[in-house]
Amino acid sequence: MTTSPERIVIAGASLAGLAAAHGLRERGFAGRLTLIGDEPHLPYDRPPLSKQVLRGLYSADTTLPRHPDLEAEFRLGLPATRLDPEERFVELGDGSRLPYDRLLIATGTRARPWPKPEEAALDGLYTLRGRDDAQRLGQRLQAKPRRVVLVGGGFIGFEVASTCRDLDIPVTLLVRDATPLAAALGAHLGGLIGEVAREKGVDLRLASEIERMEAEGGRLTAVTLKDGERIETDCLVAAIGTLRNVEWLDGSGLAADAKGLRCDAFCRALRRDGSVVRGVFAAGDVARWPNPHDDDALVAVEHWGNARAQAETAAGNMLAGDASAMRRHDHLPDFWSQQFGLTIKLVGLTDGADAFAVRHGSLEERRLVAVFGKEGRTVAAASIDSARWLPAYKAAIRERAPFPPIEEALDQPRLRVQEP
Amino acid sequence: MKVVVDLNRCQAYAQCLYAAPGHFALHGKEALVYDPAPDESARGEIERAVHACPVRAITAVSDAPDETGAAR
Amino acid sequence: MTGSTLFEQILDPANRANPYPLYAELRKIPVSRQEDGTYVVSTHAELARLISDPRISSDDLPDPQKFRWTGHPITDLLVRPVRAEIRKRHRPFIFRDPPDHDRLRGQVMRCFTPQRVRGMREKTQRITDDLIAKMAGKTRIDLVDDFSYPLPVTVICELLGVPPEDEAQFHGWATQLATALEPNQRGDEETQAKNEVCFNEIADYIQGLIKEKRKNPQEDILSDLATDTDGMNDFDLIATAVLLLVAGHETTVNLITNGMLTLLRFPEHLERLRAEPETAPRLIEELLRYEPPVHYRTRLALADIPVAGITIPKDAPVILLLAAANRDPLRFSDPDRFDPDRPDNRHLGFGGGLHYCVGAPLARIEAEVALVSLVRRLKGLSLTENPPPYRPGASLRGPCHLRLALEEVAEG
Repeated sequence: MTTSPERIVIAGASLAGLAAAHGLRERGFAGRLTLIGDEPHLPYDRPPLSKQVLRGLYSADTTLPRHPDLEAEFRLGLPATRLDPEERFVELGDGSRLPYDRLLIATGTRARPWPKPEEAALDGLYTLRGRDDAQRLGQRLQAKPRRVVLVGGGFIGFEVASTCRDLDIPVTLLVRDATPLAAALGAHLGGLIGEVAREKGVDLRLASEIERMEAEGGRLTAVTLKDGERIETDCLVAAIGTLRNVEWLDGSGLAADAKGLRCDAFCRALRRDGSVVRGVFAAGDVARWPNPHDDDALVAVEHWGNARAQAETAAGNMLAGDASAMRRHDHLPDFWSQQFGLTIKLVGLTDGADAFAVRHGSLEERRLVAVFGKEGRTVAAASIDSARWLPAYKAAIRERAPFPPIEEALDQPRLRVQEP
Repeated sequence: MKVVVDLNRCQAYAQCLYAAPGHFALHGKEALVYDPAPDESARGEIERAVHACPVRAITAVSDAPDETGAAR
Repeated sequence: MTGSTLFEQILDPANRANPYPLYAELRKIPVSRQEDGTYVVSTHAELARLISDPRISSDDLPDPQKFRWTGHPITDLLVRPVRAEIRKRHRPFIFRDPPDHDRLRGQVMRCFTPQRVRGMREKTQRITDDLIAKMAGKTRIDLVDDFSYPLPVTVICELLGVPPEDEAQFHGWATQLATALEPNQRGDEETQAKNEVCFNEIADYIQGLIKEKRKNPQEDILSDLATDTDGMNDFDLIATAVLLLVAGHETTVNLITNGMLTLLRFPEHLERLRAEPETAPRLIEELLRYEPPVHYRTRLALADIPVAGITIPKDAPVILLLAAANRDPLRFSDPDRFDPDRPDNRHLGFGGGLHYCVGAPLARIEAEVALVSLVRRLKGLSLTENPPPYRPGASLRGPCHLRLALEEVAEG
């Protein structure tokens, strides 16, 4: 496949899709470029939605900047519904077909809906993924609900809780696990965030789940927890994770399931038998790729930084001709979260970490850099309001430095290695 | 205009706050919040912020003439 | 200077006008050990990495040497040792590490608000207009004496709340104390003795000022710092005030002078700035890359640090050669070309990491107002000496005079 492509289709018009479009044009692609988006909006940024947009700061319009010479065609408001990799076309919701020479699959994820449909339909129940969600929930919050109940112990749940407190709205946060944010940050840092949340007035309930909801005339009025406690509320936000948008790939032969669309190190989509699908690439939340920083374990990374980096890599590889000219996607996963006035940043992946140590600052000061180790290697580092030290640790993670890395440095407490 | 900041890259050097105080702010020590859609009249300030950022984390583009305000 | 190391040649005033070929030579070894055990870092990737490495300390000032005996027992046995100890423990935050550095710097930043700095734009313009008005009728000026020196000095005095009539006094103090940034000077006995006297004088002066501010607080940074109930102790306050005053004196003067020198060397950019003043921000960033006011900063390795195939040993002095990294062809294409439209210009002109220049926002305002106003109002400008004479410092590098011929000063 050495002919240069004339027509590129990008399924997914969000961060990854737009970054790929920019990447293709920067690399000189002059052919026809089409982006398909199921939402009616031009590509927009999501991280501000749970924070400043809900809070009503600045503009709610987070449309991402597009280069004036992008010259891309946007097919918005229609999802891709079918892929035929043999005939090389994508079918849209209205039955129209878009032929491609190269296809990038960047269809991302959607909010996991509340599992009981009759409760999910209640007035007063919200999820948060897109800008329409943020607009609806934002309007509700501006109208000062009596109490917001948040379900979900992830970053979105905590960020929304923080926003509610900024707006002086009473909030109960229900976390199913015994420690908040433990999956990403471990017990020490997750516990710290929980502590901060409580100080800021969040009614944080750990190991807590909803048994049932009550409604009057289709409007949510209260929830009852599994332990029997009843909480009156007129606004519930379900931040219980995401689902990958892969259903449209059913029947295409591509290796796509709830964990994501499998691809190789060069972002090329794979079939179920592991063979490469000609001309089809993947990037962003939907892509499941071999992570070189974790012995090529397959991972789907639902972070802003990966979406951009993987889209860039995929764009380069889409124009590369053959595999010898392709670059492998070796992005070190990273993300940030802002809540309760703190900035939390993480580089690397904490999955399977068996050691944890604070390297600068302290939990007490709420200003720190902490590192995570796995089998003697440094695999991740987290900072709270200490972002400027993070690049040094990022380099250590890339180099698989022995754990703990960077010894005899300034502003280091006495080393105490603990369980994460 | 449309503005986006790569907050992975941002290290809270705060230079944008000085360049365009009405459009960038820190909530806490490092949490940057910013106006994603400033008015075209702020262009001078926003460009100062773009160029002053030591890690070049800010991207800003003027709206095409036909779509100003259309995205709202 | 045959036989001398590259870094010694860089320190040699004979090479002050154009150190860039030496920097290019030095970059062949990204981190190079000098004969005295110092490690010089001259490439962008390595420098950017080390400037944010927590094993690199800024607490690198040499301890004061033994005093020469004055014969006065109270002075020799009490006053001087106590003052020396205070100076050592309460160094300005440029020479300190976290957590102290972060605390002191944070307190300064609380006063150095975006609103306050924004207010300085108008004042800077007023001062600029006054200085340019004084050039009317002249056909020859010295940009340093007539403009680049008085502008930032007036600005910093106003911002800090130092009476402008006292300025003449600390011109000398500032120049003397700036030798703390020059590794070849700050260690020697004579410089240290001078700095001791100088610091004591300026400290006494500042102390008097602080007393005055506490009695009668004004709308200025020194008043804010002096009356901050949650603030720093008086020793740190004095050290901080001295730092801000010296830094405000010794750096922006270079930025403005280097700016005009560069614009006169590349007249197409002077014409462009005149026609499109809105391009000033990018031009100033390129200037900070191309001719930065501070060429290097010194640090100390706290541990063995592996970098670029070698190991900087624990306790080794480290020189971060910012101006060389700014010309690294691996980071900047065609690095010796002055190109304000350069994309992704991640220069190190203001340093980086925790010690990123506190005054950067102010310096940007001053440079923008100054350069835009100068090119707009001074007509028929030309260099009469190229290269101009330079001040002795290799770190704080800039012309001591920039003599220009001009035809006309346009109305403001």
